[in-house]
Amino acid sequence: MKFGLMVNEGPYTHQATDTAYLFAKAALEKGHKIDRVFFYHDGVNNATRLTEPPQDDRHIVNRWSKMAEEHGVDLVVCIAAAMRRGIREENLAPGFRISGLGQLVESGIRSDRLVVFGD
Amino acid sequence: MLHIVNKSPFENSSLDSCLRVASKGAALLLIEDGVYAATKGSSAVEKLKQAMPGVSIYALWPDLEARGMQDAVLEGIKLVDYGGFVDLVAEHASVQSWL
Amino acid sequence: MNETTGGIDLEEDSAGTIKKFMFVNRKAPYGTIYALEGLEVVLISAAFDQDVSMAFMDDGVYELIKGQHTKAIDVKNFSPTYRALEGYDIEKLYVERESLEARGIAEDKLIVPVEVLSAAEMGALMDSQDVVISF
Repeated sequence: MKFGLMVNEGPYTHQATDTAYLFAKAALEKGHKIDRVFFYHDGVNNATRLTEPPQDDRHIVNRWSKMAEEHGVDLVVCIAAAMRRGIREENLAPGFRISGLGQLVESGIRSDRLVVFGD
Repeated sequence: MLHIVNKSPFENSSLDSCLRVASKGAALLLIEDGVYAATKGSSAVEKLKQAMPGVSIYALWPDLEARGMQDAVLEGIKLVDYGGFVDLVAEHASVQSWL
Repeated sequence: MNETTGGIDLEEDSAGTIKKFMFVNRKAPYGTIYALEGLEVVLISAAFDQDVSMAFMDDGVYELIKGQHTKAIDVKNFSPTYRALEGYDIEKLYVERESLEARGIAEDKLIVPVEVLSAAEMGALMDSQDVVISF
């Protein structure tokens, strides 16, 4: 099965991005495909390479970057939401790309299921 | 349809709204703070018990365990892990997150 | 590449597929950004020729109230955008009756024509969707 994911909240403040990541990880382990993870609203804050969480806790941004690198998962950040919140090419973490809202709709069309993680 | 509720029923009306519209044969998965609804002795218990014959109710056990509520789960609630979460999404034709 | 569709070439694998997309709005405007940014997704979806509906429940019904004047809070008034939806062929707007009644809102207080549904009807409509996006 092909899953599209939508992440509506940023790292640490809400559990949404953690749940999304763990869902994606489980889906990949089961042999499913992740069509795309689309970051919207404050979810775009998952894409900044400037975070420095405490050493003894999970590094949310790096975890996503690693999943993109190891499994080729397409991490897309909405340009309009990103511009509102100061996420730009120059501070984008590895594995993420900035694009339009059309990418979310496209993922909804192409995926077998689209799962939304938010507040 | 698989409905997903992630907020505590005491803080937020998502569970109420979901149960108001969910059709017979639907499934409900409680995740994140939503798992508190699945715990014995709470005032949310009646709502779930009433919904249960028509709606299959699941709770994500990692979220229960994280919150120290793993021993307080209401009878009739089925526990799943993230793999089970994935299976539930795959098994239902569509999924709706109540945000 | 296509600017309108956010860089998608519609000739690719999505072409021809029509899915039922429902956008669920349960949050009031201005207190949070979800109503505004949610609307932006709906407008983009118009470019993909999908079968689009919008559902308004709980505090989402407040998004449609007439007479929003935002100058004093210094925030853009985006309520006129709901009237523009028709121009994008997005005409299926559904509001849950119980949500209106709980808030004492009469249908004539709404900025656009909507179809008012009972909770059960809303549930059945949701069940029939392929993709449900909540904000």
